Amino acid sequence: MGKCRDIEHAPLRAQAETVLTDYAAQSRDGTGPRGRKPKKRLSGRNIMIYGTLFVVSVYYLLPLWVMVVTSLKGMPEIRLGNIFAPPVEITFEPWVKAWSEACTGLNCDGLSRGFWNSVRITVPSALFSIFIASVNGYALANWRFKGGEAFFTILIFGAFVPYQVMLYPMVILLREIGLYGSLAGLVLVHTVFGMPIVTLLFRNYFTSLPEELFKAARVDGAGFWGIYFRVMLPMSLPIFTVAMIIQITGIWNDFLFGTVFTRPNLYPMTVQLNNIVNSVQGVKEYNVNMAATLLTGLVPLAIYFASGKLFVRGIAAGAVKG
Amino acid sequence: MQPSIAIKDLKLAFGAVEVLHDLNLDVGQGEFLVLLGSSGCGKSTLLNCIAGLLDITDGQIFIQGRNVTWEEPSDRGIGMVFQSYALYPQMTVEGNLSFGLKNAGLPKAEIAERVARAARVLQIEPLLKRKPAALSGGQRQRVAIGRALVRDVDVFLFDEPLSNLDAKLRADLRVEIKQLHQQLENTMIYVTHDQVEAMTLADRIAIMKGGKIMQLGTPKEIYNRPANRYVAEFIGSPTMNMLDGTLDMEIAPSFSCDIATFALGEYGFAPGTVSGPAWFGIRPEHVESGEAAEAMPVQLDTVIDLVEPLGSDTLVRVRAGGQLLWARANGQPDLSPRQPLRIGFDPARGHLFDRQGDIRL
Ligand SMILES: Nc1ncnc2c1ncn2[C@@H]1O[C@H](COP(=O)(O)OP(=O)(O)OP(=O)(O)O)[C@@H](O)[C@H]1O
Ligand SMILES: [Mg+2]
Repeated sequence: MGKCRDIEHAPLRAQAETVLTDYAAQSRDGTGPRGRKPKKRLSGRNIMIYGTLFVVSVYYLLPLWVMVVTSLKGMPEIRLGNIFAPPVEITFEPWVKAWSEACTGLNCDGLSRGFWNSVRITVPSALFSIFIASVNGYALANWRFKGGEAFFTILIFGAFVPYQVMLYPMVILLREIGLYGSLAGLVLVHTVFGMPIVTLLFRNYFTSLPEELFKAARVDGAGFWGIYFRVMLPMSLPIFTVAMIIQITGIWNDFLFGTVFTRPNLYPMTVQLNNIVNSVQGVKEYNVNMAATLLTGLVPLAIYFASGKLFVRGIAAGAVKG
Repeated sequence: MQPSIAIKDLKLAFGAVEVLHDLNLDVGQGEFLVLLGSSGCGKSTLLNCIAGLLDITDGQIFIQGRNVTWEEPSDRGIGMVFQSYALYPQMTVEGNLSFGLKNAGLPKAEIAERVARAARVLQIEPLLKRKPAALSGGQRQRVAIGRALVRDVDVFLFDEPLSNLDAKLRADLRVEIKQLHQQLENTMIYVTHDQVEAMTLADRIAIMKGGKIMQLGTPKEIYNRPANRYVAEFIGSPTMNMLDGTLDMEIAPSFSCDIATFALGEYGFAPGTVSGPAWFGIRPEHVESGEAAEAMPVQLDTVIDLVEPLGSDTLVRVRAGGQLLWARANGQPDLSPRQPLRIGFDPARGHLFDRQGDIRL
């Protein structure tokens, strides 16, 4: 029997042996491919990729450059007209003025008032909306309760209704409960409008966690809040970061709700910025305007820089399961 | 003695899909029951119902004589081990073990003592301060078992606890689980679709198919007297040879099919068996070949089709007429395809099944 098989495979084996000897010869005299395959640095494809990336980054960075240099120039230098030129004499005067002296229609204490208003709006709005939405998402993902599916569908629908449709009813509602024109009212509006998208985010994240973990916690006797705080929360840092960023930047950048639902002395930073830039008295102080704009954008920018990596991780995690 | 777990007319449906149909099952005190079945037959679902992790549609569940049908999982007196370990990733091993005890509000000293005891039994003492991510698969599964152990409960539920492990580790942990059971003497329900695990661990095996229990019995019973064709073909590897033919009970019982006709004098018939179309099944390990075949009441001349050497013994597939049959030969006989081979078997070791209902005759 053994013989029979040998005869059958004889040609194959002969072939294998020749191949083997070939390799042996090549490696002995150091010729033939070996190790990692070399990559060409300057191939047509690479030039294309890096070229495109370069052009796109310049396109995005140029306006920022203009803003930064302009905000550091004095007015006489600006009037010369070289908007791309770096400042000959660096001055921080415009930044100081934008922060504490610029006039916004009624008063002339700069953006500082708006900054603190925005802080007082953004912090509670973001905290409330993220807390409520995360609990919602957790309940929807893990505790299959009656009507949960219907609730979720309505919520998703809510995410696609344009805000403008709901502005007027919201004004009436706030007036009726006596919160119109107050910070609390605006916080409520932000919390409510942030709900659909953030809930969706959390629900998707929690459904992507293994279900058996939740089951194990139930067998271990943890209740609704026990599982939320002690099992789910510690595993959810990435998605909380994503929600934080989405909410903080969204609320900080909001203009519409800020104008509609508050009074002038409570205007958020964005609305004040608009009032500074568009004020009609006197000459246009471009450097102050640029500085004010940069100041307003500083908060979202700082948040992106601080949490970039976590943000990407969270987005990827939330996208695993729909 | 009252059963440790009693399930009465259990029904479970996901919406319109009924997964468990009027299931009845009693598990004795200290019994090791294995639920065995192919994927999707409802094993995990049944286990989750017992644990209280799924709301049942109808029926009742008793644990230690107490009706727990509406009780929370943590109040049922069960511990559960999952396939994916399901360890809390942010807690240390110690935190994982003590989580349930803290929730139950046990005093600190008691918690420490129970954790220490479980760690000793499972030999995970050096790992107590580590996070699950820093453990190997086998160590994780030990911690998961430990989490059930510290609860000091009468009933353990295992849902395929070893199927994420490699073959070697699986065999080791299988032995450990068996030892653990002998040591603790509590009731265990163990879900698997590995028949070796089932045969080696179980006091009794429940074979499930499509949400029903096809047969409930000791491993020997299941192997020696399968209640129907499904069970017969599910247990054993390679699967039982099945011959399609006719049973004749008129004068002397005999079975005839296209490759052979033989008498069934010694076969233990079920009462009331009548003639008719039937299956005759014979396990590969009961099909002898070579010299041993000469001594058998039924002999066939066949041609070898395929040889699978396993080391300890050799599987041979032979062709007889239009049929392919498996035989298991001891040791490492010198066989190769296309050679003739004489096989033989004793019909008394076979299994007859009614062609209509696939029920054992
Ligand atoms: N949440 C659910 N909704 C609808 N059907 C489900 C749900 N969970 C399980 N099923 C169905 O119930 C049946 C039994 O599932 P179960 O998980 O109990 O199978 P299993 O025997 O454990 O299988 P496996 O060996 O693959 O784990 C399957 O057909 C499955 O599709
Ligand atoms: Mg399962």
